[in-house]
Parts: sequence; C-alpha cells; structure tokens
Amino acid sequence: MKSVFLKIAASAVLAAGLAGSAAASECIAPANPGGGWDFTCRQVGKAMQDLKLVDGTVQVTNLAGGGGGVAFAEVVNKRNDDNDLIVAASSATATRLAQGAYPGNTMDQVRWLASVGADYGVIAVAKDSPIRTLPELMDRIKADPASVSVAGGSAVGGWDHLKVLLAAKKAGVDDVRKIKYVAFDGGGEAVTQLLAGSVQAFTGDASEAKGFVDSGDIRVIAVLAPERLEGDFAAFPTAKEQGIDVIGANWRGFYAPGGMSDAAYDAWVEKIGAVYDSAEWKSVMASNGLASLNLRGKAFQDFVAGSIRSIQDLSREIGIVQ
Amino acid sequence: MDVLSSLGDGFTIAITWQNLGLAFVGCFLGTIIGALPGLGPSNGVAILIPLAFTLGLPATPALILLTSVYYGAMYGGRISSILLNIPGDEPAMMTTLDGHPMALKGQAGEALAISGLASFVGSFFATWGLVFLAPQLVKVALLFGPAEYFALFALAFATLGGLASRNQAKAALAATFGLAIAMIGVDGQTGVPRLSFGEVHLYDGIDFLVAIVGLFALSEVFVFLEHRKPGEDGAPRPALGRVIPPAGMVRSCLGAMSRSTVVGFIAGVLPGAGASLGSFLAYGLEKKIAGNAETFGSGDPRGVAAPEAGNNAAAGGALVPMLALGVPGSGTTAVLLAMLLALNITPGPLLFAKNPDVVWGLIAALFIANVMLLLMNIPLVGLFVRVLMVPTRYLMPTVAMVSFVGIYGISGSTFDLMVMIVFGVIGWVLRKMDVPLVPVILGILLGNQMEVNLRRELTISNGDWTALVHSPLAIALWLVAVAGFLAPLLVGRYLRPRSASPIADEANSGD
Repeated sequence: MKSVFLKIAASAVLAAGLAGSAAASECIAPANPGGGWDFTCRQVGKAMQDLKLVDGTVQVTNLAGGGGGVAFAEVVNKRNDDNDLIVAASSATATRLAQGAYPGNTMDQVRWLASVGADYGVIAVAKDSPIRTLPELMDRIKADPASVSVAGGSAVGGWDHLKVLLAAKKAGVDDVRKIKYVAFDGGGEAVTQLLAGSVQAFTGDASEAKGFVDSGDIRVIAVLAPERLEGDFAAFPTAKEQGIDVIGANWRGFYAPGGMSDAAYDAWVEKIGAVYDSAEWKSVMASNGLASLNLRGKAFQDFVAGSIRSIQDLSREIGIVQ
Repeated sequence: MDVLSSLGDGFTIAITWQNLGLAFVGCFLGTIIGALPGLGPSNGVAILIPLAFTLGLPATPALILLTSVYYGAMYGGRISSILLNIPGDEPAMMTTLDGHPMALKGQAGEALAISGLASFVGSFFATWGLVFLAPQLVKVALLFGPAEYFALFALAFATLGGLASRNQAKAALAATFGLAIAMIGVDGQTGVPRLSFGEVHLYDGIDFLVAIVGLFALSEVFVFLEHRKPGEDGAPRPALGRVIPPAGMVRSCLGAMSRSTVVGFIAGVLPGAGASLGSFLAYGLEKKIAGNAETFGSGDPRGVAAPEAGNNAAAGGALVPMLALGVPGSGTTAVLLAMLLALNITPGPLLFAKNPDVVWGLIAALFIANVMLLLMNIPLVGLFVRVLMVPTRYLMPTVAMVSFVGIYGISGSTFDLMVMIVFGVIGWVLRKMDVPLVPVILGILLGNQMEVNLRRELTISNGDWTALVHSPLAIALWLVAVAGFLAPLLVGRYLRPRSASPIADEANSGD
C-alpha cells in the first residue's frame, strides 16, 4: 500500500512541478523539457527573476507537438488576449511558418517581441579533406553534385539544409535541388558521420561544431556570419570574405499572442531587452555558443518577416512548398 | 595506471556529504520515476534539470544528481514490468516477458532481486568499460555509417520472430503494425508529412512513450474493467516469493548477466541504438543460447537477468559517445548533453583533457550511485512486492491516474492523452486476439531508425543498393541477421520433439 501512496505522492509532486499554478508570467516552451526552446524559456525566465524584472516567477510550460505548431495554434486560438504570456521561438519556427508546416497559421497571427542571440551557421569538412575553402566545395558541387554528400542535423527543408542551399545559390550553383543533403538526428550525429567518412561536408551551427573544432578533428571552411566570430572561431573566415555573401543565423527569440495590448507588448520588449543587455546574459550566451543578434520590437518583426519570405522562395524552388 | 589515479581523484571529488546526499536523493527519485509507467529516465532527468539550476549547483554535483536519477530510473523500470506487466520505461519492456510470468508463479521477490542484481552487474561493468575503453570505443562508433546501422536494425528485426510470442505470424503482424505507426509524421529525408492527415499534432509522429503507456498500462485497466464482478477482488493474489533468490538461481543467471552486459554496452555505445536495442538483443541472445526456448516467456530467471543487465549496461555505454564525442547515444544522454552545455562544459574529444575533474567526478559518482542502488533495491524488494497485495480495484484506478498524469506532464498535450486512450483500446483488442504487444513497440522504436539509415545510405550512394554491403562490418551483421532469422526455422524443427521433457523437468524443479 505504502508504495502506491508513494507513487501518487511522487506523481503529484512531479505534476505540480510541471504544470504549476497560474503564475504571474508564463513562458511556453513548444517542446519537451531539455530542448533548445525549453532552455531559452528557462534561461531568460531565470534572468528576468534574478534581475527583478517580473513580479514573482516566470512559469515555464512545456507544450510539445508538431515542431512547435501545437503551441502556436494554442496561442492563436485560445490565448490570443493573454498579456502575461511569451513563447520561445527560433529559426525553426520561422522555417516551419514559411513552409506552411503549421497548418492554417501565419506569422501575422502573433506579435514578435525580440531576439536574444543567434547561433551562426558553419560549413565544415574533415581535417584530412582536400577541400580547403567554401568556393572549392561549391566548385566540386557544380562539377559533379553526386560526388558530395552534405550532412546536417535538421530534416530536409530544415534550417541546416537551407543554409547550404542559400550558400550554393550565391555561389552560382544553378540547380540547388541536385545538392545531396543527408538528414541526421541532430548536429552531433552529423559530425560523427563526417569523421566516419560517410559524408564529405557538414552543415550546422557553430555551437554544434565547437567540441570538434577545438580538438582539430574538423575544419570549418566558412562561417555564415556578417563578420568573424569571437573566441575560438575567430580563425575561420566568413563566407562573405570568400566572395559568397550569405548569412545563416539560427536565432533565438520570443513571440507573444496577437491580441496582446501595445502597453504589454512594449513592456515585454523592454524586459527582454534588459535581459539581453545584462552581464548575466552575456555569460549565458558565451556558454551556449550564442553570438550577438540584438533585434527588438518592430525591427525583430521585420527581420522575421524577411527571413520567412526568403525561406519561402527557396522552399518553393526546391519543391518543398508548392 | 594513469586511469586509476584519475579515478581516485574523481572519488575525492565525489565523496563529500553534499554529493553523497545528492546521489542518494537522485537514486531514490530515479527509482520511483523509473517505476512509474510513462516517466522514464529521459523525462526524469529533464524534469530535475530545473531543480539543479534552482539549487544553484556547480557542474559536478549537478551531474551527480542527474546521473543518479538516470541510473536509478534504469533500475526502477523493472519494478512495474515485473509486478504489473507494465514497463516502467521503454528499455524495461523486455523484462515484462519473463518477469511478470515469474510474479504470477509466485516468484515476484526472486524476480525483483535477480533483476536488481543483474542491473547492478550490467551498470557496474559498463562503468568500468567507460573508464578504460572510452577512447577506443569512440573508434567503434566511427565504424558505423548508415549502412552498418541499417544492418544492425535489420538484425534486430530478423531475430524478432518467436522472441515475444509462440506464434511467429502474430509477432510479425504486431511488428508490422508498429512499423506502420513509426511512419507517421514528417519524413526527415524529404520534409513531407506522412499519414498525418493535416493534423499538426501528428507532425512529430507518435511518441513511443504514449504508445507504451496506452498499450500496456491502459489496456491492463480495460481488461480489468471487462472481467470485474461485484464483490470479487480479481484473481487470487499470487504468493510473493522469497526476497533472497536461491544461490542456484543466481548461478544459473551469471552467464546470462555477463553476456548481456557486453551486448548491452556495445548497443549503448552506438549513437541511436540505445538501451532498448541493448535489452532486446541481450534477451534474444540468451534465448538462442538457452536453445530450449520454451521456458523463455513463461518465467525464466535468465529472461529477467538478461534484459536488465543489457539495458543497464547500455546506460553506461551511452555515456561513452556523449562524453567523448558530444553525441548522445540515447534520449536521456541527449538531455544530459543539453545540461552539460548549459553548464559551460563542451563534451567532445577534448573533454577528458579539459575538464578532468568533471569527467572523473562523474564516473566516481556512477560507481557510488550503483552501490547505493543495489543496497537500496534489494531490501526494498519486500516493500515493492507489496504492490501485489493491493486489491486490483484500488491498483487499477491508480495505474490509470498515474498514466494520465505522467503523459500529460511530459508534453502538456491533451491530444497525447487521446492517442494514449486509442492505444489502450488497441492494446485491449490485441490482447484479446493474443497478439504480443512487445513487437509493436519495437516496430515503433526501431522502425524509424532502420528506415532513415537505409535512406541515408541510398542518398549517399546515389541509389546504389550494393553500398549496403560495402564494408566487412556490414556484411558480418547481415550474416548474423540471416543466421538469426533462419536458425529457429531449421533448428526448431529438430529440437521441438526433444524439448518437451526438459520443460516438464524445469517446471517441477523450477521453484
């Protein structure tokens, strides 16, 4: 009997810890605990508490499903007027909105608040690869697309895939559909296959590649950032330096319900901005491999709209969107 | 003996009152989380990450807490498998096959004690493997490209027949059903949703936890509802059995434990294979070795020892690629990896050189957690078996409640609850038709991996199927798969007439 009660007690405690009561402010992480969105919510929520930007706590709710689509629909349909709610988002959110992967939902249904940083894309090869620069890789693809397999951690049509296609377009590859992209479960698995020699190139985020860059197992041939990154990555050239003007930022940020009042919207933009400016956040960014991307309010809204447009065009071209 | 002195340093880091206390709390919570259907190691660890942050723990104590939860959950998963025929988490699924029949035969105590011991053996030696072999094992992981993974998963499916059921056709049917469910969701290789009917909830596919809890736990509740009669308290309660298993039983399981440890550890080291495959292959191997396959599935202690040693060894093995490559070998290590990154530790080839205090402190903590779990689990067997004393009319509503709370707690989605109920009904129908449930789950768990690896290889090779057998390792795996598929068909014909008498002997001398 005792252990049954124990179980009930334990599950009650766990349930309370997960669902919680109606706290003053809430952050929805549209994925299971442990993922990137979950961390965005928890880290920003904690920083807001520590900086006393909110009364009480920021309650993190996990609402997983549909690659964020379940949470998006929930916010649009049921929580549209909630002034105390923010939702974690990233490039993946924009990609899926652009490709219609949230059926019936568009970016205009919510208000985009601010970004809290970006993980810039990298293209890398194994350390003993004959390919040394991004133009060299692109020349190989132009000459014989079947000879180069590119591995990444996202699905086909996902951000890791699109980054390579964007670079290839800028480099003058005519038919980007010919590029062989192999999807793996996360950047780590993709890098492993690069080391194993199954594929010739890797596309991913700087943070995913960091451990292998430090050990010298892989060579980054291009960073898809406006200028060189700081720290260990400073040695690697940007794509722009090599004449291929492409930027691929996996940004992290937040959106809010579409019916949020202007006053509440401005207050949230200000709070997230204050977190971004704090010294604490700088150290969180450093430890999570986030580079600076500081866009707030209207500027962020325009940025998201612009990136959705370009993803849409590209997706149409490769046939993911009709 | 550099390694041993590093390990000694690790113990000096790990052995403080605070760390021991955290390990104890972690082991205890982990065991409970593992035993609760639905909540497995990965959710358990994920749920406790905020706690570690709130307590403001530095890297090493935080990792000690979370890995104790991880190992604890791997131990705890067996408890509900054996007592209730409901796997507490997905790797414990194979333990239901022989564990629950043992409980029904009145050997619940022995089954729990043997499986506890097997868990200890598996994780203890896997942790040693982690100490000595981590750098070498990374090279093994690098031998596995998509072609080799595909061969490995094909091997798992080839040996599926007859593993979970007497009726191979029904097992095959169940596995096919599982494979079909695995197809639901956005296809990563083309980005196109399949079998999702425009329903956004289905884009991520069916979470196998939802399927497991529905198929096993809820269907159990439905079966109970169906047979309920007023005033009656279900079937007569089976005896609890002894808490200390007879020495002969332990001895008969030692071979199974040691072989399963090796199999499980290797499965754990391979990213993407993980504990479920480890316990599955371990069980399959033991069943093959026993030859006299009829006792397996009806309460053979070796059938309890093998999957438990296998899945706990896999838990240790999964830490190898996580620490040395930064590549998670299982769902739980994926969560641990996220935690490491948040603590400003970059797992990868340089971790052992750059953060030796963290690595060796963690490994020392694993040993401590292991001993603690053994000491905690064996005496508690007496307490656990009392679950069987709880009248079914109280137990079943509790099972239903825990299932709903557990699933809702993970995803916060009412849709998942609906899916779980659907799976409960499906499970009830399948049980009525005597179709085994384990192959369904294996289909869901392994089907996706098998498919994506086939398609990755074909993409890389430009559609050339011969690439599937391009390496000696792939060829070897295929040969084992073919042998594993054909052996029961050929050998079974020989053994069947003769195997009748040993079973009778076994049944008489079994207790």
